[in-house]
Amino acid sequence: MSLPTDLMYTSDHEWIASEGDLSTVGVTAHAADALGDVVYLDLPAVGATIKAGDACGEIESTKSVSDLFAPADGEVVDINEAAVAEPGLVNTDPFGAGWLFRMRITGTPDLLDATAYAAFTAGA
Amino acid sequence: MPKKTPLHDIHMELGASFTDFAGWSMPLRYTSELVEHHAVRTAAGIFDLTHMGEIELSGPEVGRALDHALVGRPSKIAVGRARYSMLVHETGGVLDDLVVYRLAEEMYLVVANAGNTLVVLSQLRDRIDGYVTTIRDTSGEWALIAVQGATSPAIVSELADVEVPLLKYYAIGPARLADREVLLARTGYTGEDGFEIYCRPEDAMAVWRSVSAVGVRHGLVPCGLACRDTLRLEAGMPLYGQELTVGTTPFDAGLGRVVVFGKPGGFVGEAALAARRDEGPTRVLVGLASTGRRAPRTGYAVLDPDTGERIGEVTSGALSPTLGHPVAMAYLPTDRSEPGTKVLVDIRGSQEYAEVVPLPFYRRRA
Repeated sequence: MSLPTDLMYTSDHEWIASEGDLSTVGVTAHAADALGDVVYLDLPAVGATIKAGDACGEIESTKSVSDLFAPADGEVVDINEAAVAEPGLVNTDPFGAGWLFRMRITGTPDLLDATAYAAFTAGA
Repeated sequence: MPKKTPLHDIHMELGASFTDFAGWSMPLRYTSELVEHHAVRTAAGIFDLTHMGEIELSGPEVGRALDHALVGRPSKIAVGRARYSMLVHETGGVLDDLVVYRLAEEMYLVVANAGNTLVVLSQLRDRIDGYVTTIRDTSGEWALIAVQGATSPAIVSELADVEVPLLKYYAIGPARLADREVLLARTGYTGEDGFEIYCRPEDAMAVWRSVSAVGVRHGLVPCGLACRDTLRLEAGMPLYGQELTVGTTPFDAGLGRVVVFGKPGGFVGEAALAARRDEGPTRVLVGLASTGRRAPRTGYAVLDPDTGERIGEVTSGALSPTLGHPVAMAYLPTDRSEPGTKVLVDIRGSQEYAEVVPLPFYRRRA
């Protein structure tokens, strides 16, 4: 599966696309595939302050419930209402229409580039 | 290393995601478990169930031996028919739920859950002692392919040399299917009409490919264990380890009808089950339905909506793909089990209303 090289990644299988001071967050295709069909998203509230590594929401698939982890410290500024209404977008387009939320990152998060993330999942 | 079924290479070709299940590497899904679920409800699906355990019993006293060993009365099953039954402990607790096929006057095939096959084998071995009966674990001699869904009779009719409409629900017989000798049974675990094809492991790939080739015209898709679980849940069918455990009796699970009392010679667990029948179970298995999208899941607490007191526990639950709302099975006190009863389910800290509803959640149109 092709991994976008213009994104950064976390070991919790999330991707981050940064543009200016705004970052868009989603889960990787690897994670979406492992979850199975996503049927419910519980995303952090707009305005919430989140802390890297802490659970900030839930992703529920037919078979399981997984925590959504904050990829970085910062403030949530937007959530993807389309994905909340149609959680299957996380499966069909995890790097695009299935994005989860936007945040303003504070500080310097500890992230993986595509090569490092690919190596990480290859070992998983 | 988990065991691979004879169909493993086909699953790889089809791009399956695998899961380790009771020592086997089994397909969890091929594409999307929701797509697979809907295919079985509207057309058909093909499943590899080779992990199931097959135990063959034969001999002049095999019927009586099984009457003593199980809660049902296998001696009364007609040749070529099947019954759902259970193996219980002396305490009445369920050790496994089984399908018992009578293949011939003096030969039965008992199909056990993969994770319980060794327990069933050793218990049966002990319990048939003294009857002129031999027992063999034939799990390695069978591959099992299920074809389930409304179009499955059309698919199987094109391939089998038997009059499929004459094969009744819960019947089994030898057939030649796709030029292979098989046992063809009209059984399943999805709530739909369907077939289970027992074939030799070396024939499994040919049978699968033939069914798939014909099935394409009938909407058949390969299906994994993920959708099998949501299908059986909607159909209100219990799963061993969740609804059924050694801590539950058939009466608790609402399956008292499978227990036959008064068989000559009695059966293991009879005294305990008679007591449970007479006292009535203190907790029973119920269906729960709720609104929204967050499903009650295995182990979640069920609470009294007035006091917040814990009154029961969810055994299985999911957002029902067919119905579009969460459904679950749970054990509740008998006096809280009437349909219409409102309860709360603790869904990871937030309490959501659910209502007791009759089982099954889904019933196919006849």
